[in-house]
Amino acid sequence: MTALLSLRALSQTYVSTPDLAERMANLAGAKYRELRVRAVNEVSFDVAEGEVVGLVGESGCGKSTLGRMVVGVETPSGGTLAWRGATLEEMTPEQRRQWELEVQMIFQDPFASLNPRMRVEQIIGEAPVVHGLIKRTERRDYVAELLGKVGLGADIMSRYPHQFSGGQRQRIGIARALALRPKLIVCDEAISALDVSIQAQVLNLFEDLRAEFGFAYLFISHDLGAVEHIADRVAIMYLGRLVEIGTADEVFENPRHPYTRALLAEAPRIDRRGQDFTPIEGEIPSPLDPPPGCAFHPRCARATQACKGAMPELRAGRDGRRTACILEHGEQP
Amino acid sequence: MSIAADTPLRRFAVDFLRSPTAVIAGLGLLAIALAAIFAGVIAPQNPYDLAQIDIFDGSLEPGSEGFNGFKYWLGSDEQGRDMLSAMIYGLRISLMVSFIAVSSAVAIGMVLGLLAAWRGGTVESIIMRAVDIQLSFPALLVALLLLAALGKGVDKVIIALILVQWAYFARTVRAAALVEIRKDYVTAARAAALPPSRILFGHVLPNVMPPVLVIATVQVANAISIEASLSFLGVGVPITQPSLGLLIANGFDYLLSGRYWISFYPGVALLVTLVCINVVADHVRDILNPRLQR
Ligand SMILES: Nc1ncnc2c1ncn2[C@@H]1O[C@H](COP(=O)(O)OP(=O)(O)O)[C@@H](O)[C@H]1O
Ligand SMILES: [Mg+2]
Repeated sequence: MTALLSLRALSQTYVSTPDLAERMANLAGAKYRELRVRAVNEVSFDVAEGEVVGLVGESGCGKSTLGRMVVGVETPSGGTLAWRGATLEEMTPEQRRQWELEVQMIFQDPFASLNPRMRVEQIIGEAPVVHGLIKRTERRDYVAELLGKVGLGADIMSRYPHQFSGGQRQRIGIARALALRPKLIVCDEAISALDVSIQAQVLNLFEDLRAEFGFAYLFISHDLGAVEHIADRVAIMYLGRLVEIGTADEVFENPRHPYTRALLAEAPRIDRRGQDFTPIEGEIPSPLDPPPGCAFHPRCARATQACKGAMPELRAGRDGRRTACILEHGEQP
Repeated sequence: MSIAADTPLRRFAVDFLRSPTAVIAGLGLLAIALAAIFAGVIAPQNPYDLAQIDIFDGSLEPGSEGFNGFKYWLGSDEQGRDMLSAMIYGLRISLMVSFIAVSSAVAIGMVLGLLAAWRGGTVESIIMRAVDIQLSFPALLVALLLLAALGKGVDKVIIALILVQWAYFARTVRAAALVEIRKDYVTAARAAALPPSRILFGHVLPNVMPPVLVIATVQVANAISIEASLSFLGVGVPITQPSLGLLIANGFDYLLSGRYWISFYPGVALLVTLVCINVVADHVRDILNPRLQR
């Protein structure tokens, strides 16, 4: 069976070239250079139908950028992204349309993610009408049904976003994503901005919807407890790269990459809910100027001379878990 | 207030009605606009219908009666035109010219500003360089040179005003749109594969309208005064369709000979119009300024 989504060496490099004024300043001896940020660096993994993949990493490591490429609002600068086996280049217009509609996104900030000048009915019902999934005359009923699915009443349809609480807004955002009958939903820190009491409710809603519709989720989160709770597999990112990926049980029980270990170090085993990362010693290196070799070596307690050499590959071990650490590779037969 | 009726427009109206000054200015503006629109009905005389004016009633003082008992409330000019009527008709020309010019400038500036913000890169550079160049010359000078080249006429004045004003709107719309486009609701619209035109005009545009509205109001006042200056300088509207500015210019020669009313009343009308617009614009800006919002 082909995976729903497969990423191969997917990369996103942001280049900022000096503007006209800076180039003129350069003529006079200033040193404005072209800046390159490798926000996502050769990331490869698959998401199967109905699977929940948790994506974890410190702020700025490229999680959102990866998510935006997966939903198609950013074009990758390198590597391939395939949906149902067809890469972006191979896709026919119908396949591309299918990918665009079948992957939807839910956002962190429930205030910025709804258009303040639209009523709930239009926020949720616009896209399905535009894409011909429903007729304009069916919109009210369709939106009412979706609101029911996310636990809201149909009577709120003609209200504006500012009239709702954060949790309600997040539910409206979820209904908007559901409206296009997606197969994969990218949740970018979708519960981080909510009150702790609401977080659990929304997390449960994600699980209920998954049980009902069989969605796959790419669940980006800071909240290790939430990830452990909902994810089938967990991918750990550091400075644009994937450093470890495996089933949630394996990664949480027996983290192999030193970075994963550091992340999990002080999170209590019993209940990680609401737990942010323990700050790891040392600063996150600048993505503009990543360290040579393994990007984690300046902060790694176990780093050796060899770690400064080559960037370790993400290599599969016996159990299908993949880790990007030469120390781990060395231990394996 | 019921919750369902709490629309953005209604909140705006409630806020606006809170300031007595703004309400008075708004009513004044409404009266001025109505007088201009219904000039043909309201004005006692059609000052450009030669059959209605009497040369023997020339240069009458305000309040005097003409040969046939016609009362000249604000006096008459050299040709015997009723100044009150001439003023109302002049107001109509002034308002019409600036309103058409500003609406066109808003439309052009909005499309170019949205395009610059959305496309970025070369498209944005070209549009924004043009804006910079446009804004680096004084508006009156550009309009003056343009009219010197194009010649007189209401349409030419409108073209000149559009040319000196579109850049303000392009710049404002681009800046506001850049902020909006980064917000998640636009990302959601893109993830939903909505066509770019729909995202820009349906989603982004309504959210960049507040600053545009404020600037548009201020620019109507600016357009009126630029037009008045151009007409005063003799390169604006033709003598057959005099605006307030041209009336002031016409009366200027008589100012020193004591017949102040020919220039004075159109001047007052111009001033009152500009003050009303600016007071309303100020208040609209205060309401829409997010930092002042509760
Ligand atoms: N549009 C952009 N232009 C330039 N740099 C960007 C852009 N978007 C993100 N970045 C950079 O890419 C890196 C990854 O960002 P992001 O994907 O938002 O990280 P995360 O979601 O993990 O916090 C950061 O260093 C960020 O500054
Ligand atoms: Mg992020």
